[in-house]
Amino acid sequence: MLFELRDVCLTRGERRVLDSVDVGIPVGAAAIVGPSGAGKSTLLRLLDRLADPDAGTVAYRGRPLDSYDPLALRREVALVPQLPALLEGTVESNVAFAARLAGKEAEAGRCLRLAGLDPEFARRDVAKLSVGEQQRAMLARALAQEPAVLLLDEPTSALDHAARDAIEATLARLRRELQISLVIVSHDPEQARRLGAWVVRMEEGRVTEAGPVAEVLA
Amino acid sequence: MSTSIHVSAGQVAASLALVALAAAVSFWRKADLERDIGVATLRSFVQLTAIGYAIKLIFEADTLWLVFALLSVMVVFGALTARGRAKKVPDSFWPLLIALAIAGATTLGLVVALGIFEATPRYLVPVGGMVIGNAMTASAVALNRLGDEMTDSRARIEATLALGATAREAAQPTVRRALRSGMITLVDSTKTTGLIFFPGTMVGMLLAGANPTDAVRLQLILLYALLGSVAISALVATTLAYRNFFTQAQQLLDSTE
Repeated sequence: MLFELRDVCLTRGERRVLDSVDVGIPVGAAAIVGPSGAGKSTLLRLLDRLADPDAGTVAYRGRPLDSYDPLALRREVALVPQLPALLEGTVESNVAFAARLAGKEAEAGRCLRLAGLDPEFARRDVAKLSVGEQQRAMLARALAQEPAVLLLDEPTSALDHAARDAIEATLARLRRELQISLVIVSHDPEQARRLGAWVVRMEEGRVTEAGPVAEVLA
Repeated sequence: MSTSIHVSAGQVAASLALVALAAAVSFWRKADLERDIGVATLRSFVQLTAIGYAIKLIFEADTLWLVFALLSVMVVFGALTARGRAKKVPDSFWPLLIALAIAGATTLGLVVALGIFEATPRYLVPVGGMVIGNAMTASAVALNRLGDEMTDSRARIEATLALGATAREAAQPTVRRALRSGMITLVDSTKTTGLIFFPGTMVGMLLAGANPTDAVRLQLILLYALLGSVAISALVATTLAYRNFFTQAQQLLDSTE
């Protein structure tokens, strides 16, 4: 398994956000589906160690997450959040920043192409991009680190159908060409059907079903 | 610079007419500040009278230990006061205390080491008070801004952490803006000094009958010293305080969610 969660609980204030979550996520493409407030995004943050559970364990490739250096882990397991949150400056400066953190050569043009953006976008000010373009720039920035795993939080939630289809095609191509494992959070089971080979269904902080897409979304 | 004038209690009492005017404006325009004006007037009278006697004692005792004790008390009260303006910053007291202490010690140390002032209570007490007071304002403004920015920029900071950036790298733009906020007021007022307003020291010296050239020179020394102390306090406070938003594992604390 790529990730394994055992009896994971997380409480914020009075609310139990994750409740005894026991689930495995295999190498490949997986989707976490469920309604808003089900705990999907929180689960994704745990996988990148942006938060720690109150109880239980999270393991990555068989080792507890807290045994990894969190900075090295996040460069290998890249999380692209739901809302675009680029640094001030150009697309290129964002890509270069991410590449430098991972000790990689900054190849903005290649990363932008992989994310489905014209390399000409490199010089654009991020403040002048549309939401869809910003989401793609976020993806390009993550790809600059050459991650082994991409965690994507509702990558198409703010997009129209055409832009959504383009992002989904991009993700399928990344999976095929770079063999990157994908974990996608989505409120749309149909998107999980199109993208994920493995599906985790969540409701009210609990995992209600997990397994191959053909079984869970039959 | 050894000028002195006598100010009678009657003159002080007469100046209360201006306080009455302020209260009247507040009452007339329903600004609801009459009570605050009353409290401010009373507190300023009690506090300044008390510190006046304390300073008189320190001047007469002529020992640096008492100066050190008075300035230490000012640093502690300054940090407590500034903490009230930095409510969104977790555990802001220690960063503020350290910032004020370093700003005070460095600025006073430098003005003495450079031969600008003698290391005597007559210079160290008033200059130290000004330095610590301005450092307090600057660090309070800086941390207030830091708290707002860390909350508003939470998504961007966490997205940067998700790239494997350290807390320092992720918070850098926010810390930079907070530092700027802390310093900008004094920088701006220094730019306009002499044109739009006369600063307090210069006014005080002129009223006390000092030579205008001396008044200006002393004012310049104090302005430049204050610029240094404001920069040091805002820098130290923001550099220490931003860490309180993060865990050891380079995660944002949930309290800012």
